[in-house]
Amino acid sequence: MTAADGGGTTTLVVRVENKAGVLARVAGLFARRGFNIESLAVAPTDDERFSRLTIVVGVDAAPMEQVVKQLDKLVNVVDIQELNPSASVERELMMVTVRAEPEIRGQILDLVRIFQATVLNVGYDEIMVSLTGSPSRVDDFEGLLRPYGIVDVQRTGKVALPKLVKAAPDPLAP
Amino acid sequence: MNMNGGQALMKALENEGVDILFGLPGGAILPVYDPLIDSSIRHVLVRHEQGAGHMAEGYAHATGRPGVAMVTSGPAATNIVTPLCDAYMDSIPMVVVTGQVPYAAIGTDAFQECDTTGITMSVTKHNYLVTEAADIPQVIHDAFYIATTGRPGPVLVDIPKDIVDPNNPRSAMEWYTPDSHDLPGYFPNQAGDAELIRQAAKLICEAERPVLYTGGGILKSRGAEALLELAEMTGIHVVTTLMNRGGFPDDHPLCLGMPGMHGNYTAVTAMQEADLLIALGARFDDRVTGKVGEFAPLAKIIHVDIDSAELGKVRRPDVAIQGDCRVVIEELVKALKEMGGSEAQPDRNQWRSRISGWQERFPLTYEQSKGDELLKPQYVLEQLRDSTPSDTIVASGVGQHQMWTSQYWKFNHPYTWVNSGGLGTMGFAIPAAIGAKAGRPDRMVWAVDGDGCFQMTAQELVTAATEGFPIKVALINNAYLGMVRQWQEMFYEERYSEVYLTRDVPDYKMWAEALGCVGLRVESPEEVGPAIAQANEINDQPVVVEFRCEAEENVFPMVPAGMSNSDVVVDPSQRDQPR
Repeated sequence: MTAADGGGTTTLVVRVENKAGVLARVAGLFARRGFNIESLAVAPTDDERFSRLTIVVGVDAAPMEQVVKQLDKLVNVVDIQELNPSASVERELMMVTVRAEPEIRGQILDLVRIFQATVLNVGYDEIMVSLTGSPSRVDDFEGLLRPYGIVDVQRTGKVALPKLVKAAPDPLAP
Repeated sequence: MNMNGGQALMKALENEGVDILFGLPGGAILPVYDPLIDSSIRHVLVRHEQGAGHMAEGYAHATGRPGVAMVTSGPAATNIVTPLCDAYMDSIPMVVVTGQVPYAAIGTDAFQECDTTGITMSVTKHNYLVTEAADIPQVIHDAFYIATTGRPGPVLVDIPKDIVDPNNPRSAMEWYTPDSHDLPGYFPNQAGDAELIRQAAKLICEAERPVLYTGGGILKSRGAEALLELAEMTGIHVVTTLMNRGGFPDDHPLCLGMPGMHGNYTAVTAMQEADLLIALGARFDDRVTGKVGEFAPLAKIIHVDIDSAELGKVRRPDVAIQGDCRVVIEELVKALKEMGGSEAQPDRNQWRSRISGWQERFPLTYEQSKGDELLKPQYVLEQLRDSTPSDTIVASGVGQHQMWTSQYWKFNHPYTWVNSGGLGTMGFAIPAAIGAKAGRPDRMVWAVDGDGCFQMTAQELVTAATEGFPIKVALINNAYLGMVRQWQEMFYEERYSEVYLTRDVPDYKMWAEALGCVGLRVESPEEVGPAIAQANEINDQPVVVEFRCEAEENVFPMVPAGMSNSDVVVDPSQRDQPR
């Protein structure tokens, strides 16, 4: 299994100071230490002083402990969470334009319905749809659309948050 | 108080305790050189910006205080990249201020513009591009804090011209004295985990063949005294890596000296045979470990380092303690005392006698020159060592002369060895010696240089002569890029490729004189002592003593690159000795 098909990857959620050049420091560190980024999503947090990077790293390519420790040494990196896929909720957004001559458009709309995807734009022989879901669900959707002829596809890379605690605290506990 | 950014920069540097600044002015940094005239800080005008960087490093090596350099933008900034990388590899506290084109011109390929923060990102601990004059006091305060705390390292501050130029309204600001740091991602930790320290103490009490493997972290943490106490209480032998020469006295009976590729046989072999390595501020560098998979195969590892990324980077430790070396050693000594101190250490007589057996059979050795032969570099270094005060600071370049200096010198005081370990920067010696002399004017400072190295940075002898730094240079002239020649002899079937530098060109004596130094030339063993004595007497001028040395001398012992430390190649005269 390779990192690209979803196995052998780890997701790092890295909170950084929202300052010029910070993304270059992180990307430069990965390049310099020979680590490989599978995907990267960046956005500001609710606190404007910080941004959050969601980085998917191939674990076969690098000892994860070294990745985390070297990242942590960057002065602008505030904290790092290593997210295990089974203990986190992951989402990715895909926008895709697919060939859809009028006679087969219905088949594609079937898939859109099944996956609860969204039609964004329609052309005379193409259709643009989007899907938000777990990375593997997005993979499935993309795979099913491929035979129709994908014209353009854009994926955001995944973002993730840790799963929440399920068991409520025992009200009788001291 | 109203002032401009340039005045604020000088005031901020003064507030950090900077007493000396190594630099060279140019267009973008020009406005800062005006308030410099009114500052208490002494400026040393270098002849090349690389010199400024290495001087700042030499100053930091010798004093423990951060070295500071200031140069202009573009080519000056690229010229100082080598010292930044050198300081980064060897964890030297240094702050470099570079000029930059006006903020509005950044990105336009303006004259003498380069992306200084981009270029230096991977060779600095941190760097800044300051965009507002009002940020200067805080950034300088943060830069010194980052450079000197945790694992020390170089910090670069890039300052656009407009925010320091009094003729530009963007330079106007109100002075404030920063009293804190807003660095939400930077928490240098000092203390080690108490439970892990107890575990380490327990391993030490159980070890039959322990070795203290000590690196540059000892000197960086001012931990030499603590190390001495630990070694003497436990009776454990100490190896001092290239970065910790002087961190434990060479004359101490427990000192085994330098390990590694050109370490002495006993230091290399004791580590190889150990059942416990106590690594203190050392990073398992490839020049120390040889082939990593076969390094110290029987040893458990205790690894202490302020940088948690070093713990487990090369070799998985059994006990990993993140913390300042001195603080952790002091806690370790306490924990060992609670367990019974020296009484609790097992009988290690058998191990001691193995070590002394290696020391007897495999001392450092060379054959003295005969008849018309030129000087042996080892002889020169022995003479230099024996004719200078024991607290002499010695700086070296990189190559054979560096290894011989580390091997033959007796370092008995911390902060007397100034060298380029990690990056291996040829030409380091002369500017670093000048920086060391600037920091310790009370000490005698010798640079030991090779002829290849000398030709890279000799121009800084002009700086030494004109700025009043009477350093002394022992130039080991063997007419070759000697270390490369040795590798070609040993590993490329004596096919010598581009390593001969010529013996007589340049004329080093004349060159030294032209640079404002006293130039001496020595060709026979009888002249060595008197020439050194003469050089030692000269205190108003730098001195260069050219020692004409045998070209074919090789550095032994040697662990060939990629080989196991068990396959250390000893001096030809010792190859019949039982291991």
